[in-house]
Amino acid sequence: MTAAKLPAAGGARSATRDKVILALAAPLLAVVAAIVISSLVFLASGENPFRAYGIMADYGHYSDSQVWIVNKAVPYYLSALAVAIGFRMNLFNIGVDGQYRLAAFAAAAVGGSLVLPGALQIVLLILIAMLVGAVWSGIAGLLKTTRGVSEVITTIMLNSIAASVIGYFLQDGRLAIKDGNLLHTKFLPESSHFFSFPTHPKPVYGFVVIAVIAGALYWFLLSRTRFGFDLRAVGASEPAAEASGVSVKRMIVISMLLSGAAAGLVGMPTLLGESFQYGTDFPAGIGFTGIAIALLGRNHPVGMAFGALLWAFLDRTGSRLEFEGYAQEIVGVIQGVIVLCVVIAYELVRRYGLRLQQRKVGEELAAAARATGGATGNNDKSEVSA
Amino acid sequence: MSTRVNLPLSRSHRGLRERREGPVRRVTRIAAAASATVVLALTATACGQSFAEANRAKHAGVGLAFDIGGRDDHSFNEAAARGTENARKDLGVNVKMLTAKNGETEADREQRLSSFAEAGYNPVIGVGFAYSQSVQNVAKDFPETTFGVVDAVPTGKNVDAMVFAEHEGSYLAGVAAALKSKSHKVGFIGGVNNALIQKFQAGFEQGVRATDPKAKVVSQYLYPNNDKGFNDPAAAKAKASGMLDSGIDVIYSAAGQSGAGSIEAISKRKGAWAIGVDSDQYQQAGLAKYRDCILTSVVKNVDVAVYDLIKSVEDGKPLTGIHAYDLKKNGVKLATSGGFIKDIQPQIDAARKKIVEGKVKVKETP
Repeated sequence: MTAAKLPAAGGARSATRDKVILALAAPLLAVVAAIVISSLVFLASGENPFRAYGIMADYGHYSDSQVWIVNKAVPYYLSALAVAIGFRMNLFNIGVDGQYRLAAFAAAAVGGSLVLPGALQIVLLILIAMLVGAVWSGIAGLLKTTRGVSEVITTIMLNSIAASVIGYFLQDGRLAIKDGNLLHTKFLPESSHFFSFPTHPKPVYGFVVIAVIAGALYWFLLSRTRFGFDLRAVGASEPAAEASGVSVKRMIVISMLLSGAAAGLVGMPTLLGESFQYGTDFPAGIGFTGIAIALLGRNHPVGMAFGALLWAFLDRTGSRLEFEGYAQEIVGVIQGVIVLCVVIAYELVRRYGLRLQQRKVGEELAAAARATGGATGNNDKSEVSA
Repeated sequence: MSTRVNLPLSRSHRGLRERREGPVRRVTRIAAAASATVVLALTATACGQSFAEANRAKHAGVGLAFDIGGRDDHSFNEAAARGTENARKDLGVNVKMLTAKNGETEADREQRLSSFAEAGYNPVIGVGFAYSQSVQNVAKDFPETTFGVVDAVPTGKNVDAMVFAEHEGSYLAGVAAALKSKSHKVGFIGGVNNALIQKFQAGFEQGVRATDPKAKVVSQYLYPNNDKGFNDPAAAKAKASGMLDSGIDVIYSAAGQSGAGSIEAISKRKGAWAIGVDSDQYQQAGLAKYRDCILTSVVKNVDVAVYDLIKSVEDGKPLTGIHAYDLKKNGVKLATSGGFIKDIQPQIDAARKKIVEGKVKVKETP
């Protein structure tokens, strides 16, 4: 099917070179385009782009910024993982937002009224969060397989329902206590506080370790197991996967459950490492940021790590830009531009690569036909196209 | 199928091919992993200087960090901004303002407050209860700076907590609504169903019931727990239209910037009244088009509280601890601009007197 399969050694080498160039071209194109467009945005708003980049680079290199960026990137990364599990099989889980909030709320409610020895409590809370996240997204999976409802619709509606459920229980006298004008669940006992790395001046969440493990598991599951292969096969073509003996319905439910379980982790760094309660000020919206980061990182575990760090870097330094007198919205624009540039650049390069390949196969076919002449031509052709 | 989620699909195609792609693929992957490790290591060790250590600054002025909705919400934030404007005029202090985004985390708010303190701003004021925890945390790191927070009571030696008796002001709004309603049906729209906005609801409902026992009060919220409720005028507009359609003719909106949406909807209905919140919304230039439907506003004198704090810092005797601005101290009041409540002023004054004298106790939760 591909040029690399041809026996000619020279062809294989040039194909390899092409592939390296193409692999580098996409991110390079994306970066250059993003910088150019962002600079134009700065210029259009009457600001000097180079001064802005200078401010961002300078502010980003301080230790407090770096700690902040890593801490902010951890939930982003977990959220991107949750979204990517769905993406890899063509499922659009927009409900990560509701899933992680409900999961964190449930874990906080249980954790606040329970005192177990040390690590046991933490493990239990994490499991509860993953379970609640999985159940919430599993509803969307079941509705899709049994009733044929698009998961895009159900997950986004489940976000609203999750918010309402939390809103109902997060009231004084139900599962919350009133603290000034804030409502929040009872504080977790000391034993549920996750460890952290004593960096300067603020500590780094110990949960970064869990994020790395989750990324490694994601990579292993998808690229090194039969399940992962089935999942990607369903993503590539449902009928083809079905024909080769994969139960598509089963895969949909399982991957929605996995996606939800990963989503359940998103709120944990905040809950176990910072707030120790779920209150009206618990961060919302990380589930949507995760979609952008999954796109940015091309669903690749390392790519998404870069994406999450980049996003956090832009959050951090963007606020600095506002302090220096730039419009607050400009960072949002830059983040949007970067995602669009990455998506478009990869698609452009993919299409270009495809065209290149087709042309090459065509040329080689023609060359083969010329070399062997009419008599044995048929034989060769069938070998090539096999 | 391919049109719906184009990108993940194409990635999956590539994924299926991965196995056959050989050594190049592996090399790029190893390179990517290695560079990621380096970046993470560099980042995580963070052995360098912190920004605060590198940039110690002298007195730069007043730092004002807004809640969702920003400077021009015609309501809550604007009241705080007015306080700093007055301070600028009277005391000649410099003022810098930053605004919160939707979906912020504690880290974002702490960064905003720290930025001010690092740059030498004093006092640094967080406008809104969302800054409760972040003010408490950041105040510890900057003991020389005075921090203020509106609507919350964080603890700290250098923290001034400014709280208001919203429920008492809202009670008076309830009295006015009950007296002005012809249909005996009044409505309350809250931005977000949280403890603070419930104070507005509780006071309003109690005021209506005390004045007109037959009146029906419908209380609704735009969002159960998303701070978006304070800057979603479209949602407030839809909610108000629904209430008007059900025969409600006086609506009190406590929803920050969103309130403009319900006021707009009410202005299109003849005979219906809007009750504004936080600032005297009749006087807001941005709402001038609709001001003939603004019966009154429950004014929270955030400007007075903010001004008091700035002045105390300028005088070298910074205010700290909890400062409650209630009806008795004129911390909350009903606006009289437009003169629409002139005819019922005696009843409102009577109600106010009862609260001030302690004869009526206004509830804080519905």
